[in-house]
Amino acid sequence: MTPLASPRATATWTAGPAGLPRVLWGLHHGDALTLPMHRELFAPVRVMRARDLIDATGQAGLRGRGGAGFPTATKLRAVADGRGPRVVVANGAEGEPASGKDELLLTRSPHLVLDGLMVAAVAVKANQAIIGVERTRPHAVRAVTAAVAERAAAGIDPVTIQVVPVPGRYIAGEESALVHLLNGGEAKPTVVPPRPFERGVGGRPTLIQNVETLAHLALIARHGPEWFRTVGTADEPGTMLLTVGGAIARPSVFEVAFGSRFDSLIAAAGGETEPVSAYLVGGYFGTWIRRDDVWGRRLSATDLRSIGAFLGAGIITALPQSVCGLVETARVMRYLSEETAGQCGSCVNGLAAMANRVDTVARSRSTPLMRDELERWSAMIEGRGACRLPDGAVRFLRSALGTFADEVASHQEGRCSATRHEVLLPIPHVGRDWGWR
Amino acid sequence: MTQRLRLDPIRCDGHGICAELFPEGISLDDWGYPILDPEPISRELLDHARRAVFACPVLALKIVDDR
Repeated sequence: MTPLASPRATATWTAGPAGLPRVLWGLHHGDALTLPMHRELFAPVRVMRARDLIDATGQAGLRGRGGAGFPTATKLRAVADGRGPRVVVANGAEGEPASGKDELLLTRSPHLVLDGLMVAAVAVKANQAIIGVERTRPHAVRAVTAAVAERAAAGIDPVTIQVVPVPGRYIAGEESALVHLLNGGEAKPTVVPPRPFERGVGGRPTLIQNVETLAHLALIARHGPEWFRTVGTADEPGTMLLTVGGAIARPSVFEVAFGSRFDSLIAAAGGETEPVSAYLVGGYFGTWIRRDDVWGRRLSATDLRSIGAFLGAGIITALPQSVCGLVETARVMRYLSEETAGQCGSCVNGLAAMANRVDTVARSRSTPLMRDELERWSAMIEGRGACRLPDGAVRFLRSALGTFADEVASHQEGRCSATRHEVLLPIPHVGRDWGWR
Repeated sequence: MTQRLRLDPIRCDGHGICAELFPEGISLDDWGYPILDPEPISRELLDHARRAVFACPVLALKIVDDR
């Protein structure tokens, strides 16, 4: 049994794996790693002072993997500096239908995530720990619940971990929405300030970290910041998980080093199954990029930003030429318009109007006036919601109108280049969760 | 010190009284919800801005001081 909290700092780290995988190390066929298996595969977490843990995280350069990419050490320091008892929350409310990385970690390596949650708890001196798991991914809820029970029986954690199922809504994992839920309300965003790091669960300083971020943190607390930086780039060190899907031979979750090649990732996924016209990078808040524009790029924030792409929550979906990008865009816009919390008038009405208009452009008829109207509404709703749903939808739609401009023109002439009318992007349908509590 | 309008978009129900009382700084979108001018409120118009704030039936509008 390794106590995580000790007054003595330690100078030496355990040697970490030379390459990849890192957070996907030791995954067992289809089953979760049990606690004994986890302990065989991973060295114990180093015994460290809270301050040294935070410093190590800062030196490592770890950034959040939930989509915002915020420096983790900065968050840790902000919560550690808060007044009164602190709370740590592992955010496993993945939200994005096309994303599978958080579900993979929680169902197969839950102890690595929970180790990370405990490392965070020590770092900010929290006395309360919660893990939120999307309830529409019941395997993940079960695996995490079982893992927490194993740890409770072994008595290894300084803080008891509470497992909370979270509604499977697109924005339920937004930080203020998650806090709202944990405080007994609906999983709907609230107006910030105050942000969770100031006043969150129970009004206390609250750290919220994506489960993948915590998995990386659990490894930094074993192998140190120098090891963490042995892969990736100087500006973007380490690895990330990406969910690759669409017209791909072996759709799956992959762990890649920052700065590695986009085409290598697709090759590792078995390659494209048919000619691809574009990739959706970053999920439903992300952007459509022409295949030729993204193919030679590297998987780094800086390289992708130069083509208007953002990694976000790490989802890459290949759109085959045979499927209409505008129809897929319309399906996503409809989904996003149904996923508003219903709180902000400009978003509720704006997304509904835009979804209707994109539907018309995609399936019925398209005119230049419609395109202008979509841009007018986009500018109208941007930045005026309590959360980033309108902003993400606007970014997604603008990228579609740009990348699929030729298709928009074809539709104006009554033609569509699609030869297949199957759906590509996953939109929840059967068993869809409409609840907010 | 400058003063600006800030809206709580969750409280706002789109009554639109604010835009009537302070059209120089508030317009309405296609669905009747206020769009605030991000610029500081000029001194001559401050009274109108305050009137708009007090008239909001749901207290969604306020004036904040900027550093």
